[in-house]
Amino acid sequence: MDPVLENLGLFASGFLRSLGIAAWGLLGSLVWGTVLAVFRISPVPVLRAFGTFYVTWLRNTPLAIVLFTMAFGIPAVGINASYYVFGVVGLVLYTSAFVCEAVRSGVATVPTGQAEAARSIGLTFSQTLGLIVLPQALRAVVPPVGNVLIAMIKNSAVVGALGVGGDLFSVYNRLTSAQGYAALPVLTGVAIGFLVMTLTASALLALFERRAAVAR
Amino acid sequence: MSEPTAVLFDAPGPRARRRAFIASVVAGLVIAGVVALIVLRLAERGQLDAELWSPLVDPSDEQFDAVWQRIGEGLLVTLRAAFFAVVLSLVIGLALAAARLSLGRVARIPLIGVIELLRGLPVIVSILYVDVLMRALDVYQGSVTTLVIALTLYNSVIISEITRAGILSLPKGQVEAGLAVGLTRGQVMRTIQLPQAVRVMLPAIISQLIVILKDTALASIVLSQIEDLLKIADQLGGFLDNRLQSYFVIGLIYIAINLLLEQLAKLVQRRMSGQGRRRRTRASTAPDAEQQTDTDAADRTTGTRP
Repeated sequence: MDPVLENLGLFASGFLRSLGIAAWGLLGSLVWGTVLAVFRISPVPVLRAFGTFYVTWLRNTPLAIVLFTMAFGIPAVGINASYYVFGVVGLVLYTSAFVCEAVRSGVATVPTGQAEAARSIGLTFSQTLGLIVLPQALRAVVPPVGNVLIAMIKNSAVVGALGVGGDLFSVYNRLTSAQGYAALPVLTGVAIGFLVMTLTASALLALFERRAAVAR
Repeated sequence: MSEPTAVLFDAPGPRARRRAFIASVVAGLVIAGVVALIVLRLAERGQLDAELWSPLVDPSDEQFDAVWQRIGEGLLVTLRAAFFAVVLSLVIGLALAAARLSLGRVARIPLIGVIELLRGLPVIVSILYVDVLMRALDVYQGSVTTLVIALTLYNSVIISEITRAGILSLPKGQVEAGLAVGLTRGQVMRTIQLPQAVRVMLPAIISQLIVILKDTALASIVLSQIEDLLKIADQLGGFLDNRLQSYFVIGLIYIAINLLLEQLAKLVQRRMSGQGRRRRTRASTAPDAEQQTDTDAADRTTGTRP
């Protein structure tokens, strides 16, 4: 494990960079995924169709293709940004399709009587959703969305592998190809870095699930 | 329209219908505007030029045949890797689930540890790890084998978790009845618990196939020698200088295969949940309601894992 211990500082900065990708991805896909879920259950047919199309498209495309398309497609429409931004945007676009489905399935667990009661006292669609259904769905949504987000942390490794620079993968490339360290110990260090992220996230999710669980 | 949607708003009256119509028009215009803007920008930069697309979509193009032959080769590599990974994951996954449930409280701790480790590792790291490890141990067998092993390591764990959930969801009486008629624990697991669990979890297992198929694409990022579908897209994009177009077309191929698998999952779910004949006779009396709940349930179980 010498190569890891000798370059602990490099690993630490790589870890933080990878964590940053995951954190931005988490924030973005939660927001955009929830918006998509609202589209998919809204009374507006065009928005519903758009949501269905988006989810079907993104959910069935490999993440690598989404990321490649972002990396070559966004510059092609004339927007210039760093690989970091393309990577995070691609990750958000991809993950939000899954977040959308998880939120939608959570909404389905709220008893229909709740929505019926809300409507019968005259609340509109947005009031029913925003005041009655979504707050209750939030609890049911914690486990599935949590699992999606843990998977997203793992997927953020793909963003790094495509060459964002500075993350755990680039640490691996730099130490093995440029500085000639043996691959196995360095990669073990990288793997431990990701395990720290995913196992912590799993533990946090389990804790949060217990809090959010409510007998219905 | 699916069940949860229907209760969120009333059957629209004339005013609501008008409002929904206006919202639809506005949303449609916004979406069309964004799409038009992207298309215009792409056209401005020559990304929609015929010569970039024709090798991929125009059979009369002289490169068309060679291009699609390469795509076919790549597709074969992807499908082969996915197939072997699926079969191995299923076998090992079922064995793991059975082992975890049969072992004692202490004996299963190391097993759970390995499962958690494999589950927490990003697949792309696993692929690279297997590659490095096999080269270090001097047992390297080529990139496809590396990919199959890495995918099997990850997915057998996932499938074992799915199956375990299925076994735990069975009524306790099943095991008790099995033991009461004199079957051993192993026999109960093999002949009573696993078959029923697989039946319950089949849709989830099929949707895991979609995940495996998508994950094969990760290999082309970290394994330089593999020539799977995505790597072919890379090579074509570099050779024909039409990366965006190549990724688009190859992406459509993945989507087509995955949609087929998704339909299969729904079909299986319908067959399984109704046990065939009984469902069909009932469905003939109330076809719409049956259909609706079925597709909806399948919708929720299919492809929920990114």
